[in-house]
Order: sequence, then structure tokens, then C-alpha cells
Amino acid sequence: MAAGVATWLPFARAAAVGWLPLAKKIMPKPPVDKKSRNDEILFVNVSGLRFQTWKNTLDRYPDTLLGSSEKEFFYNEDTQEYFFDRDPEMFRHILNFYRTGKLHYPRQECIQAFDEELAFYGIVPDIIGDCCMEEYRDRKKENQERLAEDTEAEMATDTPLPPHSTHRERLWRAFENPHTSTMALVFYYVTGFFIAVSVIANVVETVPCRPLKGSKKDLPCGEKYSLPFFCMDTACVLIFTFEYVMRLFAAPSRCKFMRSVMSVIDVVAIMPYYIGLVMPENEDVSGAFVTLRVFRVFRIFKFSRHSQGLRILGYTLKSCASELGFLLFSLTMAIIIFATVMFYAEKGTKGTNFTSIPASFWYTIVTMTTLGYGDMVPNTIAGKIFGSICSLSGVLVIALPVPVIVSNFSRIYHQNQRADKMRAQQKVRLARIRLAKKGTTNAFLQYKEEGGFHNRDSDNALCLKNKSSFQHQHHHLLHCLEKTTNHEFTDELTFSEMCMTESVGYHTSRSTSISSQQGVSTSCCSRRAKRRAIRLANSTASVSRGSVQELDTLQVHKTSAGPQSRSSLNARTEDLKLNCEDRDFTAAIISIPTPPANTPDESLPPSPAIPGILRNSRTSSYTHETVKISSL
Amino acid sequence: MGAVVGTLTMQTSQRQPSRDKIDDELEMTMVCHRPEGLEQLEAQTNFTKQELQVLYRGFKNECPSGVVNEETFKHIYAQFFPHGDPSTYAHYLFNAFDTRNNGSIKFEDFVMGLSTLLRGTVRDKLEWTFHLYDINKDGFINKEEMTEIVRAIYDMMGKYTYPALKGDVPKQHVDAFFEKMDKNKDGVVTLEEFVLACQEDENMMRSMQLFENVM
Repeated sequence: MAAGVATWLPFARAAAVGWLPLAKKIMPKPPVDKKSRNDEILFVNVSGLRFQTWKNTLDRYPDTLLGSSEKEFFYNEDTQEYFFDRDPEMFRHILNFYRTGKLHYPRQECIQAFDEELAFYGIVPDIIGDCCMEEYRDRKKENQERLAEDTEAEMATDTPLPPHSTHRERLWRAFENPHTSTMALVFYYVTGFFIAVSVIANVVETVPCRPLKGSKKDLPCGEKYSLPFFCMDTACVLIFTFEYVMRLFAAPSRCKFMRSVMSVIDVVAIMPYYIGLVMPENEDVSGAFVTLRVFRVFRIFKFSRHSQGLRILGYTLKSCASELGFLLFSLTMAIIIFATVMFYAEKGTKGTNFTSIPASFWYTIVTMTTLGYGDMVPNTIAGKIFGSICSLSGVLVIALPVPVIVSNFSRIYHQNQRADKMRAQQKVRLARIRLAKKGTTNAFLQYKEEGGFHNRDSDNALCLKNKSSFQHQHHHLLHCLEKTTNHEFTDELTFSEMCMTESVGYHTSRSTSISSQQGVSTSCCSRRAKRRAIRLANSTASVSRGSVQELDTLQVHKTSAGPQSRSSLNARTEDLKLNCEDRDFTAAIISIPTPPANTPDESLPPSPAIPGILRNSRTSSYTHETVKISSL
Repeated sequence: MGAVVGTLTMQTSQRQPSRDKIDDELEMTMVCHRPEGLEQLEAQTNFTKQELQVLYRGFKNECPSGVVNEETFKHIYAQFFPHGDPSTYAHYLFNAFDTRNNGSIKFEDFVMGLSTLLRGTVRDKLEWTFHLYDINKDGFINKEEMTEIVRAIYDMMGKYTYPALKGDVPKQHVDAFFEKMDKNKDGVVTLEEFVLACQEDENMMRSMQLFENVM
């Protein structure tokens, strides 16, 4: 029900008094309206632009943000207004919707931005008024198509192969995107070369060469050098056949592949040769065989795999099929009409070329397309008049559908250009994104190195280091994840190092003599020390000393209070905090699940050999202090 | 060639009628009406200034030209009763509001009617209802007029009712009504008969009270 009708509701209810004398039963009790009936002006501040409206206006659509109690969330007590941190220009249209009941789409705005605003205010786009609906729909469709294209382009090319792809998939990919591997590129160029060779051979073999000795007639080169040409043809066909068979094998959906245009072209290109091989040297059949050789020219279409322009042209023609059809139809009509007229006009003339209506077709076509060969000309006056009308109308009819085709071609071409540009930019973009991502992980690791987990009071300067509160909280979150999973973040380099060193081998050692390595006191639980010992012992066995030191400094914090911190682990347990900024916490209650303290060390998988990844011992020592409760 | 010319001529001929319609519509919206002053209306009706303001704002929003014609009226009523066909009843209601009988309701008519219905005395309301039923405004309600009104009301219910409408229910309703109202059994109901009969009806009086707080 239109909200504007709500204004009339009291009127309709009042008019119900007219039913009373007729009523057989008592009327039900009306609902009690608790709200005050006084209308008040509401202030809505959208990014600084202040709007004022009656409360009733907003109440017209109770299932939107402004019409429901949801707007109370945005109420600012100090300024007594509703504050929205959104686009003020767009809000104008939203508010007009409440006022007039019709939602209009501003043409200069981006469709996505508009959609987002509508979603925010809880307004369904379907109620856009008829005046703006078409524009809105068109732009939305265009945008969606564009997005779909972009995602397709993204997925299609240059994405790294999924790790466990079969040979078949890899082969298919090599065929479709030659740029992915050098082998594919080589194959691509080789086939291109052979297509060119084949086409040129087809052309050259019809050129007249000097005749054989003792013969006057000029022979076409094909017959003079029939053997070389035959060998070349065989080689080309072999290559094409091999390529086709490979493609067929690699195609994910063979039926679909066999039905595609390119495969049909491939088949048509190589068929004549095989048919020629199979067919006997029979005079009757060789006529047909000659015709078949014509199909060899289709090999030139194979170039469309290599040329994007050709593909665009083909696609344009396909998409303009209706316009082309119309052109053809109207031309046919005109040809028939004019041919008939010309035939009857020239019927009387002696020795005329216009022997029949079909014969006049040729004249009509040549005239309408303004070719004018002159092999058939009208002689009578009437014939000449109609002939001139024919040529004039020909120009018109052909000129009309052409702009449509041209604009289609231009649109598709630009789309393709865009796709190419995007692909080129994509690489740069992805590289930048990867760099940024690495930046954040590195930030966290760096943060850990520089004593992020250290006690705040003692090392203020190190902890602060120009970090925003967002970063602090983010790092805390990552740390919590580390504690939860009992694993730690590390960078690619370290990880690969670890992987390599793991292969070197390790031996579990229960030696407790770790102090020699680290100079760390093991005053605490011997089990912890043992675990640490195992880890450290393994690490020394498998990793060079230097890296272990490195790793441990990662753990131990590169501060002067290095070894001290170890002892502090055990001694000043209550002081040790996970994160320097106690007061910056805005996370909810965090409790790190304590790893079972009595996990037998033997059950630990090769992990002890990768101290960079698993820090079981260290985390266990943290268990008592890791419960951090903070308020929102 | 002929097809091309043919399509061209078709296009131009289609555009003509729509242009005329747009011109008509433009003319219509030019007519504008402004109500009398706020104080005058306040004096004439039983509404306060604020109430009149709220009413006028709603009215003006719906009808920027200041008048409601019967089509709009029917359309509005159709929104409230989507199940049936309220156009006949809306027509009678429109006539009841259109005290000047000029085919359109201005804001004053609207407000006067509302004032009577919501803030008027019982007698005022009953008089208003009598005028609603008296289609030809001759001071008497006869059976035909009543049947029309009752049929119009039942039309609003639509087809799908429970229990289903069987037989000539409106006629039975009218007969019952006349039983009650027509005291001297002369086949018509006058205003006095109407008012008297209604005042005797306890249920009706109670229902009327319920409607006092609609606005």
C-alpha cells in the first residue's frame, strides 16, 4: 500500500461511522494510539548537511531505517539530531522518496554507490519510479556484465595452476593460454607458421610456372612440382591432425569441444587431405575431389586462434546477426522487385541481356551495390528510369544497417581493449597487493622481534614505535591466534629454511643440558625444560648454530634483557603480559586454551625440529599468564 | 525499401495521441485551490490548529492541486479495500462529502466532514449518515436507495467471504433495516425516524462512542 494513502486512513476510518446504522453487531474496539499525535520536526545530519523533516514523513515507510526505531541508534544526544556518516548528495534522493513516495535514480551517480546507499537505508530498489526505472535497470545490467567479464578475465588467464592438476588440465591450459609456458608458446608459433605455410602453398600451387621441356602449355606450379607440394601438404596436415587430437584429448568436455567453431574449422581444414588419400583416382569422383580442395582454404581461419582481431570481427558479426538478417531480407525483397520490373521493361528490346528474371537478379545486385560492371545495361527509357531508381535505393538500403554493425563492433572492440588493459594492470595490482599483505605479516613478526610481548613498563620505547591503535589491536589478535593454536607465525624464508633443515634429519634427545646453548635458567618445571631441551637439541642437530640463535632471538626478544626474560618467564609470572598495551584492548574476553602440560614429548611430531614454527615449550610456560580479560 | 519506409511512418503516427494526453494533463494540474485561513477553519470545525495543520499537510501532499476528484477518491478507497470493489460505495461517500455538488472535494469539505464525524454530536453524526444514505437528497430514504447502499457495502467485501454470500443477502439486510427504522411503515425513512430509531439502538450508540478517538 502506498504510504501516501496512510494520510487518508483516518478519513476512511471516520467514514466508517456511515456503516453503523446497518451494522448487526457491535464494532470492535479501535486500537489505542499511545503515541502523541503532535507532529514534530526531526533533524537529520548527514555528513554535515542538515536536513529537517516531519516525523510523520519518515514514519510513512516503517520498514526502512529512517522509518523504524533503527534510526535511534544514530541519535546524537548532545546535538539532538540523527547523524549519518554517509553521502549527503545521495541522501537528498532518499529523503525525497519519503516525501513524495517515488524514488528517483540520479543519472550522474555511480550505480553501485546508489545501491549501497539504498541498502543502508533499507529501501528496496524495486520501488524506483517508472521515470527512472529503465535507466537504473540498464546501468545495473551493464555494471553486472562488466563485473562478470572482469572476473572471467581474472580467472581465465595467468592464474597459477591449482597444485594438483592432471596432465590433461595442464595441456588444456597450455593450449588455451599460450603465454603460460614456453612449450605452449613454441607450439603456438609453430602451428601459426605451418598454417601460413599451408595457405601460401595452396595459393602458389595455382600460379603458372614455366612449362616442362618439350611442352608449350603453361603448367601451374602445383602440377609441375607435385611431389614437393604434396610433401608440404602432408607435413602441414600431420601437424594439424596432431594438434587437433591433442586438443581433443585435453578438452575438459569433449562434446562441447567438438561442437565449437574452431574445432569444426580444424576438421574441415584437414578432411580434404584424408578424403583425397582414401579416394581412388577415379575421373568421376575427382571432380568432387577438386571441390574438396577448396575447403583447404579454411585453414586460414585457423589464424583466428592467433589473432584476437579476427575473433572480435567474428563475434561482432554473430552479435549483429539480426541486423544482418534484416539487411539481407530487405535486399532480397528489393532485388526481386527491381529484377521483375527491369525484366518486363526490357522485354521488348532485341538481343537484350535481360533474358529472364533470375538473369536480371545479377543486374539488380550489381546496380544496388553501386558496382556497375556494365555487362548488362538497360536500353529502353523505362528500363533506364527504373535502373536509376534501383541504384538510388540500393545506396539507402545498404547504408542503414551499417551504423548498427559498426557501433556493435566498436563496443565489443573497446570491451576487449578494456579486458586487455585490465589484464596488464592486474599483474601490477596483484603484485602490489601481495606486497601490502607481506607488509602486514612482516609488521607482526617485526613487532614480536622488537619485544612486543615484553613487559610494557620496562621497554616502553620499543613497544610504542609509531604504531596506531589499530595495529596494536591487530597484533594482539594475531598473538591470540598463536596462543590458541599453539603455533606461531613466521615468514616464508624461515619456513622454507625449516623445511629444508627438517630433511637433514633430527634426533630426539632428552638431554637436559641446554644451558650451554642459551644460558637460560631452567628453574621451573623440569618437564618444560626437557621440552625446551629437546627442541633446542634437535635444532642444533639439524640447524646450524647461527640460525638457531637467530630463531631463538626471535623468541627471546632481541633486547638486552634477553636471558633475563627467560627467567622472568618463570619468576615474574604475574608481571608478564602478552601485549604491552593493556589499556588498548578492546577485544572481548580472551582465554588461551592451555595445552595439556603432560603431553609426552615423544608424541610431538617432527615439530621440535622446526622451532620456528612450533613453540610448545614456550607457550606452555605462558599458560598461566595468558588469560587476559579486557573490557569492550 | 518499402519496409523501411513503412516502419518510419508507423513510428510517427504512434506518437501523436500520447502528446495530446500530456497536454491535457498539463492543463489539469494548473487548477489550484487554496483553503480559507487557518483561523476560519478552526472556528468552523472542532479541530485545533495543530490538528488542522497535520490534516492539511497530508491532504496537500496527496493532492498538490488542492482538490480531490472522484477518480482519485475511488483509487484511494481501492487501496484500503483491495479484496472487493469499493468504487460504488466510494462514489456515494464522495457525494456525501461533496456538499457543494461540484464534483470535487476541497480541503474545507474534507475537514468539515471529518469534524462532523469525529468531533460532532451524536445527532450530527446521525444526520451525516442519513445524508449519506439519501442518495437523491430528497429527505427520504426509500428501499431502493438503501438497497444500493447496502449492495455497495457488500461489494467491498469481495467474493471470498466466510460464510459465503448466498442468496440475496443485501436485500435481507435492507428488509431488516426497514423493519427497525420505518416506524410508520410508509415505505420511506425520514430523518426523524432515523434518528429516533438509532438512538434507541443501544449497540449503535456504544459503537459510535468507540469511533470518537479515531483521529
